[in-house]
Amino acid sequence: MTETVMRTDGAAIGRADRRKEDARLLTGRTNWTDNIQLPGTLHMACLRSSMAHAKILGIDASAALALEGVVHVYTGKDFPELAGSTCVWPVTDDIKMSHYPAICVDEVKYAGDVVAIVLATDKNTAVDALDLIDVDYEHLDAVVDMEEALKPGSPLVHSDMGTNECYVAKMPCGDYEAVKARADRIVKRRFINQRLIPNPMEPRAVVAAPRGMSDELTIWTATQIPHVLRVLLALLTGIPENHIRVIAPDVGGGFGAKLQIYREEVLALVLAAKIGKPIKWTETRSEHMVATHHGRDQIQDIELAVTNDGQILGMKVDLLADMGAYLQIITPGTPLLGMFMYSGVYKMEALDFTCTGVYTTKTPTDAYRGAGRPESTYAIERIVDEAAAELGIEPLEFRRKNWIKHEEFPYTQIAGLTYDTGNYEAATARALELFGYDELRAEQAARRASGDTVQLGIGISTFTEMCGLAPSRTLGALKYVAGGWEHCTIRALPTGKIELITGTSPHGQGHETAWSQIASDIIGIPVEDIEVVHGDTGRAPYGMDTYGSRSLAVGGQAIKLAGERLVEKAKLIAAHQLEASPDDIEFSAGTYSVKGDPEKSTTIQAVAFEAFTAHNLPDGMEPTLSGESTVDPMDFSYPHGTHLAAMEVDTETGKVTLRKYVAVDDCGVQINPMIVEGQVHGGLAQGIAQAMFEGALYDNDGNLLTGSMGDYLLPSAADLPSFITDRTVTPSTTHPLGTKGIGEAGAIASPPAIINGVVDAIRHLGVTDVFMPASPQNVWRAIQTAQSSSTDTNGGAA
Amino acid sequence: MTHISVTVDGLHRHGDVEPRLLLVHWLREDLGLVGTPVGCDTSNCGACTVLVDGRSVKSCSVLAVQVDGRSVTTIQGLSQEDGEWHPVQKAFKECHGLQCGFCTPGMVMASVDLLSENPDPTEEEIRNGLEGNLCRCTGYHNIVKAVATAAAEMKGASS
Repeated sequence: MTETVMRTDGAAIGRADRRKEDARLLTGRTNWTDNIQLPGTLHMACLRSSMAHAKILGIDASAALALEGVVHVYTGKDFPELAGSTCVWPVTDDIKMSHYPAICVDEVKYAGDVVAIVLATDKNTAVDALDLIDVDYEHLDAVVDMEEALKPGSPLVHSDMGTNECYVAKMPCGDYEAVKARADRIVKRRFINQRLIPNPMEPRAVVAAPRGMSDELTIWTATQIPHVLRVLLALLTGIPENHIRVIAPDVGGGFGAKLQIYREEVLALVLAAKIGKPIKWTETRSEHMVATHHGRDQIQDIELAVTNDGQILGMKVDLLADMGAYLQIITPGTPLLGMFMYSGVYKMEALDFTCTGVYTTKTPTDAYRGAGRPESTYAIERIVDEAAAELGIEPLEFRRKNWIKHEEFPYTQIAGLTYDTGNYEAATARALELFGYDELRAEQAARRASGDTVQLGIGISTFTEMCGLAPSRTLGALKYVAGGWEHCTIRALPTGKIELITGTSPHGQGHETAWSQIASDIIGIPVEDIEVVHGDTGRAPYGMDTYGSRSLAVGGQAIKLAGERLVEKAKLIAAHQLEASPDDIEFSAGTYSVKGDPEKSTTIQAVAFEAFTAHNLPDGMEPTLSGESTVDPMDFSYPHGTHLAAMEVDTETGKVTLRKYVAVDDCGVQINPMIVEGQVHGGLAQGIAQAMFEGALYDNDGNLLTGSMGDYLLPSAADLPSFITDRTVTPSTTHPLGTKGIGEAGAIASPPAIINGVVDAIRHLGVTDVFMPASPQNVWRAIQTAQSSSTDTNGGAA
Repeated sequence: MTHISVTVDGLHRHGDVEPRLLLVHWLREDLGLVGTPVGCDTSNCGACTVLVDGRSVKSCSVLAVQVDGRSVTTIQGLSQEDGEWHPVQKAFKECHGLQCGFCTPGMVMASVDLLSENPDPTEEEIRNGLEGNLCRCTGYHNIVKAVATAAAEMKGASS
């Protein structure tokens, strides 16, 4: 049984504080990596392969070297062994791991692969010099299509592997064949989760420089993972880890794209060490399109075994996942992050999961907002709509019949995860109320009856996802080569100000504000007196960084424990000062007082000064006042929600319009509801963009056709509506803060809501699926195909 | 090299520039005004939007030599001299109209120009007016709200 509540207690937790970060961001005092200009800097530019697959026969850089201002040109022969990235998640015992060269030595494997780099005294000269480098290529066949890539005789991305198959991961849960035999109907669809390009607004940038009097090298980089990156840079370059300081200054969005180790980071660090000068590189946007990892790119063959009265018995999932040309940090694991979530909010007896990773001559894929869960959510939420339609059951009714009821939590689902809490009924009821579901269904019927050329459809997504990466033992069992803990140190300075040092690394999420709110409630010091320190391995030595909606779910626990430890130590000092037993001391809102004698009191700020002078501390107590904690989470947490979309489809042109979008999310306790809502909005925009606008396209030769912002359609304000959002609050029970996660929920929930709505609008025309993005072209084609097959088969369209 | 003389954020600035130098690079690299960021190379994203003689311009699509003799305002010169923020800046904070903040300088400058042209815009007019500025974090919902809030604030102040 779970409890859904509206939280009203707490002074700072739950308050919509305006953000501390905003002052510098709104006045142009932001510290982006590209703003850093150090004396003596050499600027790096990368010569990228124009071909998807080719042998490098020779490189002539003499003309480039002759250009005034060019200092060095390096090719792969200068660093034959140096890796530019690495994979920390070999998902199976027999996975075929690629070597990702920092600079290609004898072969390029995707359009954008680096063949040479130039260092020059200014940026323009470095870029100009690229045109003067002559590379002699010998064409090799591109490998673009995953199914073709797996056929015998296909050209090979890595010829030494003898295959393009990277791995096959299986997870059979229950006996799918047995439930299939009992089923009245098997609903089958092939869904495509298309390739996406993340496009955070800040392009990547890196500055590496020898600094200070020791051997330390400092690297500023637009990354989500300064701590993990430091370890990986040490491993790849051989530079001792304790000589490397990684700083993620203000970082302008990430969405997974900056959860990576990139060759430009490795090269900048190695060259700064070798030459002894600062090295700087900033990505152009068009470079980003090929040089920063892509997301998604899965073919999903899905079966749902159901009974005629609408019960789900089991599900079969067979995925092809495009790795691209090389494995980067968690390339093979990304599709598997959704592996456990294919059953979504539903009860079933069997789930048969298989994923085949495939190498192609394209930009590597990796985590992109949601990473695995958007794919699983899309599959389950689309297939339940299709099953409901085939069975003639109202899609919400079908969901209600099969989902986990609120009184059944905690619930161990078919893949073995135990969902902590949830209340799908409450979120759905609120969403229906905000949406005006019955009125829209009536309008839909009227339009259908009148044969309106613009039809209306209603899309439903009742989703759940897993947040809070992750219990370290679980990660170990999945062969992931790191832990999932998080660290926090809270230091009370002599003047009563607080430094909160976190291992999370925000890039737009507002940690400085939200972390201050949590600490303020625990230690009783106003939020404005708390400074949040993050993203610098020199100031925050331990951390596992920010991705996978983990920062609050895991890092929040560390803040709470560190704060409680600080308060506990301060209590002993306060008791000593007040000449009372610690058992007689009460703590409230930053003040320690003696029970029954409130006149005898002191503040936590005064205690901090006493701890600093150490003139009068209890015997044996160490000076200074701080608390620290490193928390390994007990379990994941499972936010959920109900999203509804009203979609209009022009049946003559295929034009799709999003008329109304309602999102009711349940992310447990909200620290700052304003920030939560902002995260929902942003997630929705990205998920809706996947469903309606975006898609990376390649031609048959492996050239990226959507290689600039002019060709890759990121939605503008004019392309999106305002959203109607609300939350229900069902606290997590896996940790004392009760929070879940919200950073990815919108992007996970919305693609099936949109496509379910589009299909619902034109299902009467025989359409049973529309490929993402639901562009006029894709929708028109789906209508034409359905109409012609309905003519061919005399009304029997599948 | 061409000599240019420009009023930037209220100060007289001048320098010798290559004819191909873009305004945004002159601001960032020669003048050190790094508050104006670069988000793309195709004039799509609008992160680098500044005001030239009071009208919004993508500073990546103008050459530095083209602003010779004119007045440029960046996000760093938008506040009043006493540090008081422009109503658009205040509204962006109040309405949570920014997250990572990278598009924000351009979004704010474009909004200032939008409101100077249309002091009382509808939601649709705001959305169409900001079409040339991309944001990846907010879904635009709170940006639209911020511009409407700033419009109401500025209208109240002027009446």
